[in-house]
Amino acid sequence: MAASLTRSRPNSLAVAPALVAEGPVRTAIHPAKAGWSFVKPSVIPGFPLTLGYTLTYLSLIVLIPLAALFLKSATLPWDQIVKIATAKRTLMALWVSFGSSLLAAVVNIVFGLIVAWVLVRYKFIGRRLLDAIVDLPFALPTAVAGIALSTIYAENSWIGWLVSTNGPLHLGWKIAYTPAGIVIALIFVGLPFMVRTVQPVLEEFEQELEEAAATLGANRWQTITRVILPRLTPAILTGFSLAFARAVGEYGSVIFIANNLPNQSEIAPLLIIIRLNEFDIPSAAVIATIMLVVAFVMLLVINLIQTWARRRYGDL
Amino acid sequence: MAIFEQDVAVYDSRRPDELHYAHSRPTSEARWVKWTLIGIGVAFMLLVVVLPLLVVFIEAFRKGVGAYFAAFVDRDARAAIGLTLLVAAISVPLNLVFGVAAAWALAKFEFKGKTFLTTLIDLPFSVSPVVSGMVYVLIFGAQGWFGPWLEAHHIKIIFAIPAIVLATIFVTFPFIARELIPLMQDQGAQDEEAALSLGATGWQTFWRVTLPNIKWGLLYGVLLCNARAMGEFGAVSVVSGHIRGLTNTMPLHIETLYNEYDFAGAFAVASLLALLALVTLIVKTILEFRFGDELAGTRKH
Repeated sequence: MAASLTRSRPNSLAVAPALVAEGPVRTAIHPAKAGWSFVKPSVIPGFPLTLGYTLTYLSLIVLIPLAALFLKSATLPWDQIVKIATAKRTLMALWVSFGSSLLAAVVNIVFGLIVAWVLVRYKFIGRRLLDAIVDLPFALPTAVAGIALSTIYAENSWIGWLVSTNGPLHLGWKIAYTPAGIVIALIFVGLPFMVRTVQPVLEEFEQELEEAAATLGANRWQTITRVILPRLTPAILTGFSLAFARAVGEYGSVIFIANNLPNQSEIAPLLIIIRLNEFDIPSAAVIATIMLVVAFVMLLVINLIQTWARRRYGDL
Repeated sequence: MAIFEQDVAVYDSRRPDELHYAHSRPTSEARWVKWTLIGIGVAFMLLVVVLPLLVVFIEAFRKGVGAYFAAFVDRDARAAIGLTLLVAAISVPLNLVFGVAAAWALAKFEFKGKTFLTTLIDLPFSVSPVVSGMVYVLIFGAQGWFGPWLEAHHIKIIFAIPAIVLATIFVTFPFIARELIPLMQDQGAQDEEAALSLGATGWQTFWRVTLPNIKWGLLYGVLLCNARAMGEFGAVSVVSGHIRGLTNTMPLHIETLYNEYDFAGAFAVASLLALLALVTLIVKTILEFRFGDELAGTRKH
């Protein structure tokens, strides 16, 4: 930065008298052009090439296909869109997706917060291992997670057996192939988002604030609820939104553990696939567009939270 | 602090072990709270995250080592493994080139609309995998934009390898770029400016200055991108057509076997992907531990 400033200054001084001597036309163009340039001048080469490639690749892979989806929905007659969007099966699928995602994200707030807290604040054997394992749901393919979870919670094995009527606890619970199973799968996929968003903020939390609270007579519980938690709120909200957004679109880990009954445990992404397989492209497009719009709104919400947090607490 | 506690113990009439529970520092929790929280955290992680991983391996070997390896003798399983490797081998390098180009443009230059462009690059992360796959059906499918033309020219994209590759590229699109952009932004352009002022060409600067600077971040991004590319299920499921031995990737083959009640076979193939996830996590942890300064956004995904 400093280098480019020192370079540009003598240049402009040298150019200015010459421009005045040559006439008013170029003086008028030059400063104006500098102020309007799309890219800040730099000695580094390759801007047109890399930006051009980025934009082309982005358009071909992401933007044009997504635009195709919007176009497909937009060219449908309005009453058909309304009919598809308000069909009972569509509404129920959206409700199952959003309801279970919300529930899973709330569970993740509680446990994600505890896990993040334990990882940052306490030293114990196996802490590093626990820290590494948090990312497993990111790394484990969703289909693998799906068959593992449905095996664990099916009535005849593992935890499913433990809580079933035949199990030692005689609880008579059914988890797999019920909405509860969907929530469990969504907790699994959402957990790392929560932990990894809260953890860095907690790591950088100024412990002087806690000491200050303590010297002012706050007990530990008051310090946590009135000093630490408010500071973590933006991160918690961001983690919550990320986990929720991921859960709404999740497909692989859910379809194995849900019994996928229409109007009961059929998630929206599955309904899209069913409509596609029926060659009912308009229905698939409308449901997909609804999910896409929700995804954009979530993205906007996350950005707003972060802007707000930056204004409130400095950088997040 | 430790000295402080000892001092208290000297003047306190209570037994030391009683004291542990009675007293806690004002900036930390009581011991029982601490261990309860650790207990809850560890138990939750074991139940939610570790158990599924263990179950994959236990179920894979339930019928013995012979049955486990028999699962890979199957021609369809081998075809699925081959296809998964092929798809990753095409999509990861493409996203690698894109990631480097995007990071170069976004990190080394200041231009209008930069923030917006960054948001657009992150977009695929917010899109449901199923939607990511279906957009290509709308373009290349039988009823899509280019459907009739492709059919007339006997080009198969949907229900064939090209669409699987496209869908995989879509879902793994941001991985490398979003790892490199903050890293290269932090590093600034001074190194490159120095190289250029010493007479290096643009390409020399990139290969000899920039690339060595970003190599660990690049590896980190490639690692995550590859794990997702090999494991992608939803997007690929929409466009593949599930043709056994032809368009079934490993995750899709797992689904096929599972739905046919061949659980041992399904978990055997799944164990390979679980192993890939484990290796990814281990290398990732090593990279974070050893080269944490040379990675950006280590904690963010």
